[in-house]
Amino acid sequence: MGRKAKFDETKKVKKGPGRKARKQPDPVFKKELLEDDTVEKKLTHRQKQRAAKRAKKKAELAEKRKALKQAKKNVAKQIEVADEDAENSSDEETTPGYTDDNKEWLKPKQKNKKEQKSKVEKSDSESEEEDDSGHEDEEDDEGSEEADSEDESPAKKKAGGEKYKVGTLDDLFKDSDNEENGDVSSEDEGAGGKLDYDSDSSGRGKDSDDDDDDDEMLPIEKANIKLKKKQKADKKLADEELQLNIAKQDVFAFPSEEELNNPASLQDVYQRIKDVVTVLGDFSRLKEEGRSRCEYTDLLLKDLCTYYSYNEFLMEVLLQIFPVQELVEFLEASEVARPVTIRTNSLKTRRRDLAQALINRGVNLDPVGKWSKVGLVVYSSTVPIGATPEYLAGHYILQGASSFLPVMALAPQENERILDMCAAPGGKASHIAAIMKNTGTLFANDANKERTKAVVGNFHRLGVVNAVITNHDGREFPDVMKGFDRVLLDAPCTGTGVIAKDPSVKTTKDQKDIQRCFNIQRQLLLAAIDCCTAKSSTGGYIVYSTCSILPEENEWVVNYALKRRNVKLVPTGLDFGTEGFVKYRHHRFHPSLKLTRRFYPHTHNMDGFFVAKFKKFSNVIPEPFKDEDDEETDPNSTEKPKENGDAQSDEEKTEAGNKKQAPVKRSAPSDSAQPQKKKAKPNKPQTKPESKPQSTNNAQPNENNNQKKKKNRKNKKKQQNVEKSNDEQVTTPTSISNEKPATPNTPQSPGSKKKKNKNKLKVVAPNSTSTENTVTTTTPQSPGNKKNKNAPSVPEKANNDDSTSKPPQSKTDTAQTNQSPNKKKKKNKKNKGNKEQQGANPQPQAVNKNENKVTEQVAVAASKKLKNKLNKNKKQIGQINPNKDKISAKGQAAGKKFKKNK
Amino acid sequence: MKVLSEERTRILFEKLTKYIGVNVKLLIDRPDGTYCFREKKDRVYYISERLLHLAQTVKPDNLIAAGTCFGKFTKTNKFRLHITALTYIAPYAPYKIWVKPSAEQQFLYGHHIIKSGLGRITENTPKHHGVVVHTMSDIPIGFGVAARTTAECRHADPLATIVFHQADVGEYIRSEDTLT
Repeated sequence: MGRKAKFDETKKVKKGPGRKARKQPDPVFKKELLEDDTVEKKLTHRQKQRAAKRAKKKAELAEKRKALKQAKKNVAKQIEVADEDAENSSDEETTPGYTDDNKEWLKPKQKNKKEQKSKVEKSDSESEEEDDSGHEDEEDDEGSEEADSEDESPAKKKAGGEKYKVGTLDDLFKDSDNEENGDVSSEDEGAGGKLDYDSDSSGRGKDSDDDDDDDEMLPIEKANIKLKKKQKADKKLADEELQLNIAKQDVFAFPSEEELNNPASLQDVYQRIKDVVTVLGDFSRLKEEGRSRCEYTDLLLKDLCTYYSYNEFLMEVLLQIFPVQELVEFLEASEVARPVTIRTNSLKTRRRDLAQALINRGVNLDPVGKWSKVGLVVYSSTVPIGATPEYLAGHYILQGASSFLPVMALAPQENERILDMCAAPGGKASHIAAIMKNTGTLFANDANKERTKAVVGNFHRLGVVNAVITNHDGREFPDVMKGFDRVLLDAPCTGTGVIAKDPSVKTTKDQKDIQRCFNIQRQLLLAAIDCCTAKSSTGGYIVYSTCSILPEENEWVVNYALKRRNVKLVPTGLDFGTEGFVKYRHHRFHPSLKLTRRFYPHTHNMDGFFVAKFKKFSNVIPEPFKDEDDEETDPNSTEKPKENGDAQSDEEKTEAGNKKQAPVKRSAPSDSAQPQKKKAKPNKPQTKPESKPQSTNNAQPNENNNQKKKKNRKNKKKQQNVEKSNDEQVTTPTSISNEKPATPNTPQSPGSKKKKNKNKLKVVAPNSTSTENTVTTTTPQSPGNKKNKNAPSVPEKANNDDSTSKPPQSKTDTAQTNQSPNKKKKKNKKNKGNKEQQGANPQPQAVNKNENKVTEQVAVAASKKLKNKLNKNKKQIGQINPNKDKISAKGQAAGKKFKKNK
Repeated sequence: MKVLSEERTRILFEKLTKYIGVNVKLLIDRPDGTYCFREKKDRVYYISERLLHLAQTVKPDNLIAAGTCFGKFTKTNKFRLHITALTYIAPYAPYKIWVKPSAEQQFLYGHHIIKSGLGRITENTPKHHGVVVHTMSDIPIGFGVAARTTAECRHADPLATIVFHQADVGEYIRSEDTLT
């Protein structure tokens, strides 16, 4: 049978259950839709209102556009009538113009008339001429047509300079009208008619120029003018008032004694803070006569102390760190807690998985930023974020965003030995372990035994298995163990960066506390540097961080360490944060302190933090010497050194120190230390550009010269001495330790002993071990020296030292086997190299020493000369291998082959 | 850090075998270096030999922990496995149990697991054998002792205890001080 086609309308398809029922029925149109469109429907009241509004808007737009054009033309003012005409006119120029003569044939709607009238009356405009209602109407409607008349002819545009204002005023007027009697209907219907007369009236511009009599003015226009005048006056008044207000604000009245003594509400204090900050922002203009800046800052200080409830000392210190505007921001930010951040434990999970798991638990979180791949910010949570099963299973740890930074700066590598000196509660240390992927060794030390329990708990929870947790005073740690590849020192501090966490800092800290803190910090930092080894092939880095923002605890401590140990600052590897201070009050720090990073709560939305990264380039501990900082280390002396940062005195002192201690120094270093120093020398050029800007002050160049000469002389002496010592092998480890009163370097001494022996072997009867050493030393050197003299060559050095100090490893073994055929040649070269080294050694040694003690200019100058001298030697050293290769028969043969091939 | 006595070693391994069976030998024979058990203040640490050498340079008084703490010997010379050993036990355990999200919290507060909280259980779990407890998303959250075999679990009363609680990760918060 098939389907029953519905060929004719008469047949009806059966309805009911079954397939047919599921079929989509024929469309049913509503009655309204089927109705003929041609029939005009009466608009509802709302529709009308809407239409009226739409029209009005359109008109407004058009008028504005027109007005803009007109404003551009900037023609002299015109009579209102002309303006109106121009506005009303449409773009069709050809249609007959509107004049007073032909205005009669504009038939306004009678319906509108009355309403219009009433409108006009309501809006306190004088409707004098009732018979002109048509014009009123026209006025009223004009807006709706303006859309058409956008393309004004230039002539019309000329028509009035003040058109803009008028137009807008009209609009306002009308607006109010329409709102008042919203039932103004038939605006839409009238559109056609209006269009008509609009088109007619176009081109009136020509006429308007002619008939500019006041008599012609329509009542509504008069009203307009009046209104305009009135508004102008109002505006003028308002402006004056505004000016007055501004003037009032400008002059900040310095509060009287009484006012100060009787503090009003906190709001007033806050207002005063704001005022003073603005005054201080433009002091010369806004200050009160006879008031000094001091008075203002004192007032500000007091107010800030009362408003934010700090003690005066801390506020004073903060005032010196920040400009006033920033200070207020900082204080505000310190009131608000930072967002809770968590760190994903990459040992157990991935951030995405963790985020998903936490979101499922009803936690609202986001990645902390592009700079970290493990951080998550928690905005809100329905469960306690520190007690979820994920937390307990060790998938994350609660950790401030700022705590990621020192670890990121430390950049731990796998299979390194790393020390976290102040580890509790183990957040940063576990981060280190996670980055190392549980390889290598992590020492987590903390001085507080109670707090080490937290470290234990966290480590086990997070699955850190490569850690040793110890409880030592950090300052004594070098006695326990040394030779770490990297050391992280997150020193105890006053906590001025984490005031939001611990508001008690605001009131409890004073000068004594700060002093106590930075003394400990200095000792800890020196200990940390001592724990680190410069010989590490991958590391030799120390990161110093605090959660304080005081320069006393940060830059000053770093500067102190720079002077006392063979370390230099390197970029932290953090691409944000503000640079550390180079100048702070009377302090002038080492220019490389630019490389340190500061983080503030108000700019980075994390706790206030400081991060500095050192690279250790020599294990030798320079002679201790007294300088202004040492005096400061006495916690009882509160006065600040006056000549701190005075380069000259510094130099003199170091000079003296050099003279005294020169012989001691010479004998101390072993052969192992010598190559280091030689290579440490290329570090000099690095510091050069930094120190140059410094040399601009006072008459140092002369001094430099003198010192250079002296140094050269000294160096020569030293050279002789060292040669002697090397030849005779007089120096023994014991003598070293005796001669070096500064903390005997325990691991070094045996190493140096070894090396000396080796040295002897080399000279007397070079056997396999000696060559092995030399081979390893020379090979990495050559490219390094050639390539980057400016770059820190410490890693190479470290390689060498490793190979010498450690029991023969596979590396050195292979080196040995590789080089064995070349041994003899190398022996010769070695001797040469030895001589060179001996010749060269004393100089870098001196440089090395100087680097720590003498200010940069001197060192740089000296290093320049030395470098020139050494350059030849170095090249030779570097060329040993390539030459060898070339000389080797193989190479020659190959060369011949090459030629043949050609 | 001293070497465990013969007897203590035996006790320790017996205990470990309860949880991870023959996999105990995987703890000793590792491809990434030698690992050993050392005792300090009755606590047993599982530590790499390399790390041990370094840790031994630290004075015993100042050494808090090294490597992973597995548990402690009680005064009666029995070995108690701590939750800290979970890192090594969880991956090797042959018998596991998964708890429903609703029962997670209960277990984390130190309660036994009852039948109604049981999500999944390894087949053929014998009675009184150590089992590692997981959440349904496979996160190990502790371990205990099976109170019933798998077969018995099927017919058990909804309120019957399936696993006796031994240790759970909630202890990291509840008893941080006594972990080591």
